[in-house]
Amino acid sequence: MTALTVTYALLFYAATAVFGLGLAYRIWLYAKTPAPLKIPTPPAPLTKSGVAFRLAREVVLFESLFKSNKWIWLFAALFHAALVLVLLRHLRYFQEPVWEWVKLIQPFGLYAGFAMVAGLAGLWARRFLVERVRYISSLSDHLMLALLAGIGLSGLALKYVERTDIVALKAFALGLMRFDWQPLPAEPFLLVHLALVAVLMIVFPFSKLLHAPGVFFSPTRNQVDDARSRRHLARWAAALDQGRP
Amino acid sequence: MAAPQYTKPELTDDLVIPAIAENAMAHSKPFVAKPEHQQPLGFPGELVEDWHDKAIAKMGELLERSRALRVFLDSCVKCGACTDKCHYFLGTGDPKNMPVARQDLLRQVYRRHFTLAGRFFPALVGAKDLTREVLDDWYSYFHQCSQCRRCAVFCPYGIDTAEISMAGREIMDHIGMGQKYSNEIIGKVHKFGNNLGLQEKALRATLEGLEDDMEEETGVRIRIPLNEKGAEVLLVTPSADFFASPHIEGLMGYAKVFHQAGIRWTVSSFASEAANFALFVGSYEQMQKIALRIRQAALDLGVKRIVFGECGHAWRVAYSFLNTLAGPWDFLDPAYPTPQHICELTYDLIQKGVITFDKSKNDDKVITFHDSCNVARGSRMGAEPGGQFRIPREIIKACCNNFVDMRADTIGEKTFCCGGGGGLLTDDLIELRVKGAMPRMQALKEVVTGRGVTHMAAICAICKSQFTKVLPEYGMDMDMIVSVHQLVSNAIRIEPAKTM
Repeated sequence: MTALTVTYALLFYAATAVFGLGLAYRIWLYAKTPAPLKIPTPPAPLTKSGVAFRLAREVVLFESLFKSNKWIWLFAALFHAALVLVLLRHLRYFQEPVWEWVKLIQPFGLYAGFAMVAGLAGLWARRFLVERVRYISSLSDHLMLALLAGIGLSGLALKYVERTDIVALKAFALGLMRFDWQPLPAEPFLLVHLALVAVLMIVFPFSKLLHAPGVFFSPTRNQVDDARSRRHLARWAAALDQGRP
Repeated sequence: MAAPQYTKPELTDDLVIPAIAENAMAHSKPFVAKPEHQQPLGFPGELVEDWHDKAIAKMGELLERSRALRVFLDSCVKCGACTDKCHYFLGTGDPKNMPVARQDLLRQVYRRHFTLAGRFFPALVGAKDLTREVLDDWYSYFHQCSQCRRCAVFCPYGIDTAEISMAGREIMDHIGMGQKYSNEIIGKVHKFGNNLGLQEKALRATLEGLEDDMEEETGVRIRIPLNEKGAEVLLVTPSADFFASPHIEGLMGYAKVFHQAGIRWTVSSFASEAANFALFVGSYEQMQKIALRIRQAALDLGVKRIVFGECGHAWRVAYSFLNTLAGPWDFLDPAYPTPQHICELTYDLIQKGVITFDKSKNDDKVITFHDSCNVARGSRMGAEPGGQFRIPREIIKACCNNFVDMRADTIGEKTFCCGGGGGLLTDDLIELRVKGAMPRMQALKEVVTGRGVTHMAAICAICKSQFTKVLPEYGMDMDMIVSVHQLVSNAIRIEPAKTM
């Protein structure tokens, strides 16, 4: 067992723990904080299934963003859709045998790697080229894009610049999951790729990446428009109801 | 006080996104509330000694109370989708009027005190300590938000800057840095039952004067009853309806509708105000206190229904919050929604053929409709989503022959605010009001020159007051703004009372 393998194995356990626990804590905070008033933005759905459909449109199609700005929508949709494909493609490193549909999407996942980087480049360019977006961008906004672009580019390099030993890599990944550590190939692009992924997982619960769970908890989008027919009362607000006419 | 000097925005053919002009509106601040406006609401009279710690503590409390605040402060990715959506940014070019930047005034302090990233790496994530300069920015820019929620419609996460500016204002109230206009008005509601400080005697005299006017016009004694026990409907309307034009013409319209439908109704002097300015300062407790006056009045008068007059944020508080704040309303007639908007009531009566119109009475006008922000984006009318857009237009079309809509991206859920909402309808903010009205004025000018529009109807007291003031600033006639029920009033066919 090399020091490198041990370091990366521990790094990934730590990253997974921070990601999982950090995210669970944030979600628990969102869930336990009451929404005292009904504030859905209209035209809002009148039923719970309507709300689920609305949220699905937001998450899958970026409906509101489409209304707002077609350029941001295009780059954001490109990046996110590609990211989903790429992530699904990576499932093959964690499965034995590999599911049939995961095998089927492999070629698309490869193109998605390029689309993901292109989407990121578009989003990043806006931060320099559009005065208003330049004004609101902070250092962390640039770093986040750099991190994701670094992951995308190092991943593509593993395929097109210096192919990695994916059999060994898969053994390492499966070993991590089974607590039976296997040696990690010491290839520079792979080490960079994996390290950046670990950083992303660690940063996730402390950064603006919280928009991912946040969108499901946004009262303007997840509330049912039934304020007149159902009384909506937060716990802390109920206490104020004592002794009124 | 000398008239403030500023350049009015030019109305161009198309709405132009301005280049950013840093600190262009940093000087814009409303008058600070004095101790006599603060203390009756339970707020400190002036900026307290330990304001920093008190502000942070209050922020922590609000984070515990409001999921919206917590989620909105975490979720923003700085995508920029909102940056060109605020009418105050479009009118002033001040980048802190971009919704994301306005939110960041609060978010930077939130990050510093409530997140690990901000505690350990403030420069990285744009976290800042709450300094006097930051507090002054809060006071300036949280009072340059009319809480119209246009940005919330366009944000991919539904981040609502209104919630942020309300939280900012609530924190400032609790450290003794309140806004005079809103807090003085809230005090008047507590004391007199309405924003204007009108007392029962004066109110009665005003209403009798209006009855005389209507009798002269129609030949029929149409009543505006006050404090009549056993009436079916309690009408709660903005007090501007008793007082200013074109609001008062709208009130006469409601009276004619009730008269023609034979519905026994009444106004209450105890709850003679629909507006609830506590929304603007973000105070749940104050909002509830005002809402409970309406409950008390309904119980005292023994009414069966509650109907709200034409007022935007009043309708938001009524539609979305009244059940929460002052419900349950199980002592009222369940056949009607509680509360009901006057437009819903009128529309139903039109549908049933109970009221009819001589449309030609409005033939001297070509009408367009301004969707008031709080009605459009904070409430609903009728049984279907989007009823708040459809019903007022249906009423206008029922009583006018000439109706034209403004450009699609400036109406409905995307409507531009009048520029005077959210507690900004005060002369100390006139520069902001004029500049913030620019996008609406631009869209109006388009239909005035292109399609011959002569009048713009609205269903909000603040919109009506604001337009009366800003239309002349853009070379248009202040009488262009009319109440929807003023149009109803002009054209409704009146018969002598069926029951009274």
